[in-house]
Amino acid sequence: MEHFALWLAAFLTLGIISFLYKDNAWYKLTEAIFVGLSAGYWFVTLFWDNFYGKFWIGKGEHAYLYVGAFLGLLMLLRLIPKIGWISRWPLSFIVGATSGLWLINYFSSNIMKQVQATIFPLFSSQYGAGFDAGAATVIGNLVIFLGTFTGLVYFFFSKEHKGAFGYTAKVGIWVIMITFGASFGYTVMSRMSLFIGRIDFLLSDWLGMIL
Amino acid sequence: MKRGVPLIITFVVGTVLIFSVFIPPMENLGENFTLFFDIIAVFAFFLGGGNLLRVHLTKLTRRKRDWEYSIVTIVGFFFMLACGLFKIGNPGDISASLTAEGSWFQTIYDNVFVPLGSTMYALLAFFVASASYRAFRAKNREATILLIAAFIILLGRTPLGTFVTGWIPDSFSVLQIPNLAIWIMNSPNLAGQRAIMIGIGLGVVSMSLRLILGIERTYLGGEDK
Repeated sequence: MEHFALWLAAFLTLGIISFLYKDNAWYKLTEAIFVGLSAGYWFVTLFWDNFYGKFWIGKGEHAYLYVGAFLGLLMLLRLIPKIGWISRWPLSFIVGATSGLWLINYFSSNIMKQVQATIFPLFSSQYGAGFDAGAATVIGNLVIFLGTFTGLVYFFFSKEHKGAFGYTAKVGIWVIMITFGASFGYTVMSRMSLFIGRIDFLLSDWLGMIL
Repeated sequence: MKRGVPLIITFVVGTVLIFSVFIPPMENLGENFTLFFDIIAVFAFFLGGGNLLRVHLTKLTRRKRDWEYSIVTIVGFFFMLACGLFKIGNPGDISASLTAEGSWFQTIYDNVFVPLGSTMYALLAFFVASASYRAFRAKNREATILLIAAFIILLGRTPLGTFVTGWIPDSFSVLQIPNLAIWIMNSPNLAGQRAIMIGIGLGVVSMSLRLILGIERTYLGGEDK
């Protein structure tokens, strides 16, 4: 069984990699398997974790969870065209609740806390007894403050990017470009490490060429 | 009724959740509501799974191009469902852990789902490489900055970066590529990320207000539906 599973994993891995040559039957087969299994996997996981785990087991303690089940059932009314419009009710519940939650959470985490974390004191007891930060810390803090400020100026489109405002926005786009470059570099590295992992699986686990 | 009730629900639920933050006995309301989301998600998945079946069965019955693969998708879907819902091969009864050693569900997850998923994502390395060929052409100042930042980060995370700049004395250690990569990540990258995050935060707050106040109604779909 173990050998069969290993060969199956290798067969499927090579099937996906074969797409690099061109779109072919082997790739399409593995893709179809992946789509079917993924849908089944997520359905099963959601069923046992969310439905059985939270609703079925906890139904005695948390009667209010019936509201969630009722809203879920309303969602299924979409399948009956005549009364399908009722499925908007659970949808609007989700939209309303998400809006209410996110309004507060994003205001706190993405705005207030980020602004607070951007403005550092240059001379403070937090840097030690001398009340002064080293040159590297001061430069780093200034870069973070000015970079965030200029980046925000770039995103402000209610005023034309001309004159001093335009120059500030120009610096902002450079900062954003550095961010994109760094994110890009990170993404490349993570995908490469995944690919190395798959090649390692094929060469060491499957073929036993690397011990 | 068709549009008014949903707008009222959105307004009431959204407003109650905002005020609940400021009323101590209602503090946990948000957490309870997220539990509802989880339960609703299960029912929504009935629609999602049903839609998947509908699409592939239509393809199959009408003998559309590549209809043979739809059989594989449908069989794979039901097979995974059966293994997971009936806990086939589990070393205990139905209440045993879904991911118990030896269960068919876990075996398929380890030997089919994980290899397929990770290889699919690994394949993106090649598409990213071809995208980087286009992005890395320093056509203007902004593209050049992106190129330099990405190049330093890439080199800084490989032994080559240490090898190339290892000779730089410790007093100028910030110029060593691995250290430079760390500085870029911690300072200018952080600043850019923060500007983007604050922008997203402002966007979310304004969009939430539009939804709660009923100004934004696109989520309700067409007028007659």
